[in-house]
Amino acid sequence: MSEDRREEKEYFFDHPRNVKAVAACCLVLLVILLVAEFFIHKHAHFPWEDWPEFYAVFGFVAFVFVVLVAKYILRPIVERREDYYD
Amino acid sequence: MISTVPPAAVLIAGGLLVPLIKGKWKSAFMLLVPVIGFINLIHIPEGAHFVFTVFGQDIIFARVDKMSLLFGYVYHIIAFTSMLYALHVRDDLQHVTGLVYAGSALGVVFAGDLLSLFLFWEMLTICSVLLIWSRRRTQSIRAGYRYLLVHAVGGLVLLAGIVIHLKQTGSIAFGHLGLNGTASLLIFLGFGINSAWPIFHAWLPDAYPEATPTGTVFLSVYTTKTAVYTLARGFAGTEILIWIGAIMTVFPVFFAVIENNLRRVLSYSLINQVGYMVCGIGVGTQMAINGAVSHVFAHCIYKALLFMSMGAVLHRTGKINCTALGGLYRTMPFTATCCIIAAASISGFPLLSGFVTKSMTITAVGNHHMVVVWFLLMFASVGVLEHAGIKVPYFAFFGHDSGMRPKEAPLNMRFAMGIAAFLCIAIGLYPYPLYDLLPYPVVDFAPYTGAHVVGMAQLLLFAAAAFVLLMLAGVYPPEKRCVNLDVDWFYRMGGRLFYYIADKVFNGINGVSDRLIARGLPKVLGQLSRRLPEILTLGTLLPLWTAAGTKGEALQRKIVKTRAALETGTAPVGISAAVATIFLVLLFLMM
Repeated sequence: MSEDRREEKEYFFDHPRNVKAVAACCLVLLVILLVAEFFIHKHAHFPWEDWPEFYAVFGFVAFVFVVLVAKYILRPIVERREDYYD
Repeated sequence: MISTVPPAAVLIAGGLLVPLIKGKWKSAFMLLVPVIGFINLIHIPEGAHFVFTVFGQDIIFARVDKMSLLFGYVYHIIAFTSMLYALHVRDDLQHVTGLVYAGSALGVVFAGDLLSLFLFWEMLTICSVLLIWSRRRTQSIRAGYRYLLVHAVGGLVLLAGIVIHLKQTGSIAFGHLGLNGTASLLIFLGFGINSAWPIFHAWLPDAYPEATPTGTVFLSVYTTKTAVYTLARGFAGTEILIWIGAIMTVFPVFFAVIENNLRRVLSYSLINQVGYMVCGIGVGTQMAINGAVSHVFAHCIYKALLFMSMGAVLHRTGKINCTALGGLYRTMPFTATCCIIAAASISGFPLLSGFVTKSMTITAVGNHHMVVVWFLLMFASVGVLEHAGIKVPYFAFFGHDSGMRPKEAPLNMRFAMGIAAFLCIAIGLYPYPLYDLLPYPVVDFAPYTGAHVVGMAQLLLFAAAAFVLLMLAGVYPPEKRCVNLDVDWFYRMGGRLFYYIADKVFNGINGVSDRLIARGLPKVLGQLSRRLPEILTLGTLLPLWTAAGTKGEALQRKIVKTRAALETGTAPVGISAAVATIFLVLLFLMM
C-alpha cells in the first residue's frame, strides 16, 4: 500500500501551494464583496438591510450559531449508538 | 394534430412494457418513454381533457394549465435524466417502478378531480415503497414498511377528507379548497404528510437513504413536489402554511449538521427546500406562488443531481457515511464537479438556478414585511449552505483522504449528471424562459440586481468563511458513527412498546390458559375419570358394609379388593349392578 502511494500521481490539492492559491482567491473575493456593497444601489425591505455589511455579518454569525447549537445542544440529546434500533 | 393520451398514461404504460423488451433495445426504449411522454404533453392544449363521467361526477385526467404544465415539464425532464442515470441497472423492478412512479406523479398533477388524484396518490406510495425495497437489505425492507405505514395513514386521512368533502359539497372537483371545516382539514393534513411537515417528516430521512442509489433520485423528486403542487392548487394563501414552511426550512438544518449518512443529510435538506415552497404557497401572492413553483422546477433538478452524485459515490465505493468517505475528487473529478454545481445551486449562489428562484419567495415575504419569517428563511439559507452546500461535497470529495481510489461514475451516470448540471447553470444564467412558464407574469422582480447579488454572495461566502475558521479551530463537530433520534423514534419505539405490551398481555393470557386449561384440566379430568367409579362405588358400599357389621381388617381387605377390581376392570357384575341400582334409586329419591 505504501509503495502504491509513493508511485501514485499527485493530485491538485496535494500541493499546499494550490490550497494556498485557492484560499487567497477566496480572501480576495471576500474583500471585493465587502467593498462592492458601497457602490450598489440598495432597495431594502427592512431597515437593517441598509446597515453596512449586514449580510456578511449575518451569514457568519448564523453559520457559527447553527454549528454550535447542533454540536452542543442537539447532538447530546439525539445521539445514540449506531446499532440503537437493531 | 397528433392524437394525445392522458399525460400519466405514457409513462405508466411505457414502464409496464419495459420487462417485455429484451436486449439492446431496452435501454433505448427506457429513454424513449419520457421523450414520448413529453411530446404527448406539449400537444395537449390547455383546458380540461379526457373527462369521463362516472356516477354523475367528472373524472378529469388532464387539467392542463400553466401550473400543472410546469410540473409536467420538470417531471419529464427528471424522468429522462433519472432513467439515463439508472440505465446500467439490471433490475426490471426498479425500471418499471421508476417510470410508473413518475407517471403516477403526473397523474396527480394533471388530475382535475379528487378521485383520480387519490388513486394516483396511492400509486405513488406503492411505487416508492417498491423503490425502497428494491435495495433488498434488511434495513431497507424495514424502512419500507415504516414508510408504507406512515403513507397508508396519510392516504386514509386524505380519503376521509375527500369522502366528507363529497358528502358536503356533492362534488369531487379539485380546485381551491381553503381551510374551512373538517373535510378540508383532513385533505390538508393528507397533503401535509406527503410534503413532510414537521412532526410528520420523519418518514423522509428514515426511508430515502435506504433506497437504491438510483431509486433515491426518483424518490427525491416526485412524492414531496406532488404534495407541494396539491397544496398550491388547493390551499394557496392559507396563512398557517407560512409558519409550517418557515419551521420546515429551519429545523432540518440542525439535524443535517450532525448526520453522518450523506444521503440522509440530503434528505433533511429536502425538507428544508420544501419548506421554502410551502412558505411561498402560504403567502399566496402571485409573486410568492411564482417563487414556490419556480423553486420546485429548479429544486427538482439540483436535488436530483445531488442525489445522483451521492448515488455515484455509493455505487462506486459502497459507502455513504462521512466517516468512511473523503478525498474522492482525485479519481471522481466529474462527479465532484457536478456535486459542487448542485451544491452551489441549492445554496443559492448567483449565476445558478437556486438563486433565481429562491430569492423570489424571499422577496415576496419581504414585500409583506413578515420580519420573523424573513429572518427564518435567511437563517435557513445559511443552513442550506452548511449542510448541502459545504458538508456534502466536502466530506465526500475533499476532507481527509479515505485512501479510496474508485473509478469515475459509469458513462450513463455521467451523462445524466451532466444534463442536470447544465440545466442548473442554464437556468441560473438565463432564467427568463423559466419565468415565462410560471403561472403568473413575473413583474416587479429581477434576480440580478446589485443588491441581490452582493447581499446573497456576502451571506454565503462569509458563512463559508465561518466554516473554514471553525474547521481550523477544531470546533466543527467531528463526524461520528452514530444514529440521531428523530420523530420516527416514537413509532419505532412505540411499535416496540406495542409489541411488548401485546406480548405480555396476550402471551400472558396464553400462558395462563395453557397452564389451567391445556395442561391442568385434562389432568384433573383424567384423574377424576379414573377415580370416579372408585369414589362412587366405595361411597355407596362403605355404608352398606359398615351396616352389615364389617369392621377393621376385613373392611380394609374389602376396600383394597374392590379398588383393585375397579382399576383392572374386573369388578364382579353383581357389585356394578348393585351400585348402579343404588345410584338410580338415590337419583330418583333426590328428584
